[in-house]
Amino acid sequence: MEGLQNRPCGGRYGDIVEAIGNTPLVELKRLSPKPGVRIYAKLESYNPTGSVKDRVARGLIEDAESRGAIGPGQTILEPTSGNTGISLAMICQRKGYPLKVVMPDNVTAERTQLLTMYGAEIVYSPGAQGSNGAVALALEMAEADASYYMPYQYGNSANPDAHYNGTALEILDELDEVTAFVAGLGTGGTLMGNGRRFKEHDPETTIVAAEPLQGELVQGLRSLDDGFIPPIIDLSLIDRKIFVSNRDAVVWTKKLLEQEGLFLGVSTGAIAAIATRIAGELDEGNVVFVSPDDGWKYLSSGVYTKPIDQLEAEGVLDSASFW
Amino acid sequence: MSNVKIPPVLRPSTGGEREVAADGENVGEVLRALAAAHPATENQLFGEDGALNRYVNVYLNDEDVRVLNGLDTAVKAEDTLVILPAMAGGA
Repeated sequence: MEGLQNRPCGGRYGDIVEAIGNTPLVELKRLSPKPGVRIYAKLESYNPTGSVKDRVARGLIEDAESRGAIGPGQTILEPTSGNTGISLAMICQRKGYPLKVVMPDNVTAERTQLLTMYGAEIVYSPGAQGSNGAVALALEMAEADASYYMPYQYGNSANPDAHYNGTALEILDELDEVTAFVAGLGTGGTLMGNGRRFKEHDPETTIVAAEPLQGELVQGLRSLDDGFIPPIIDLSLIDRKIFVSNRDAVVWTKKLLEQEGLFLGVSTGAIAAIATRIAGELDEGNVVFVSPDDGWKYLSSGVYTKPIDQLEAEGVLDSASFW
Repeated sequence: MSNVKIPPVLRPSTGGEREVAADGENVGEVLRALAAAHPATENQLFGEDGALNRYVNVYLNDEDVRVLNGLDTAVKAEDTLVILPAMAGGA
C-alpha cells in the first residue's frame, strides 16, 4: 500500500489475545563476529504482556477449551517464575477464569505487581528451591484439590506446539535457512517446538540450549531427588547444551543495550552470549535466537544501572532468579 | 588432574569441599575417581546400572556431557567438570 514504509504492519485483530505472535526478527550486526554470519533475535517482548509466554499461555488455555477440560468460572492453577503467570493472568481475565499462580518468593517486585494487576492470586514457594519448589507445591495443591485445572506447562504438549505452529513458522517465513537455533532451557517448550520444526525443515540445523547456571543460593535443594527434568524435554533433539552464569548473562544483557540499543531481559543476555559463541564457530549462515522478554520487569534488581562488580558484591548475582 | 566443581547439594558428601581434583581419561573415569575419594557421592552420582543418575547434570567446560558422548566424553587434564542438580527453568 502506498505510504506504508515498513512491511508488515502490525495487523488488525478482534481482541488482544488474537494479537499474540508475529513478533519482529531483528539482526544484531554489531554482535556478529564474522561478516558471513548473521545473528537474528526474535523479540518476544512485542507480545501483548511482553513475553514469549503469551504464545504458550494461549496454547495451554485454548487446548483445554477445545478438549472440554475447562468451562466458565473454572479456577486455573499453574507453577511459574513469572512470565507464564502474567500471560495466563491476562488471558484468564479476558476469558473469565480465576487464576492462582505458584511462584518462588525471590522474583522481582514487578512480576508480583503485574500478576496482581491482572487479577491473579499468588501463592509463594521458597525462593531457595527455585522453580523446582514452585512446581512441587503446585503439584501438591492440584493433588489435594480436584477442583483446580492445572495446564502444567512443563508437561503439556500445547507448550511446544505453540512454537512449532507459531514462532518457528514466523522465522521460516523470513529466513530460508536457519543454520543454528539458540533458545533458553526453561520448560523446554521453546527449544522442543522450534527445534522439531527446524529439524523437519533442515535436519542439519543445530539446536542449541542455553541453560541458566543458577546462583548457589537458588540451588537450595535438600537432595538430588528434588531434581526436576520437564517431561516435555527430549534431549535427542538438542545438539548442544551450554550453561551461562548469572554474571555472564548480566554482562551480555548490558552489551545488548550498549551495542544494539536493545533493552532486554537477563535471560536474553545469557542466550545472546551462547548465540554469539555459536556464530563464532561458523563461517557463514544464520544464527537465530529467541529473546523471551525485555528489561522492564527486572529494573528493580539494578542490573541495568549498577556496575557488574557492585552487583556481585551485593550478592544480586547469586541470589536473584532471572529465568 | 581435572578439576571437578561440587554443587551445594553434594558438599556434605565431600566433607564440604567445593572443588575436587580427580584423574581420568574420560568423564566416567573422573567421576569414578571422585567417588573413590569421597564414597558418599557414589550413590548420588550413579544409578544401580552404573549410568549417571537422572537428576545429575555434568558439564565439561560448560557443555552438558549428555549431548556430547556421555560418560565416554574425553577429558583433558586442564578441563573443568561442573556437577549440577537438574533444576527447573522458569518463566
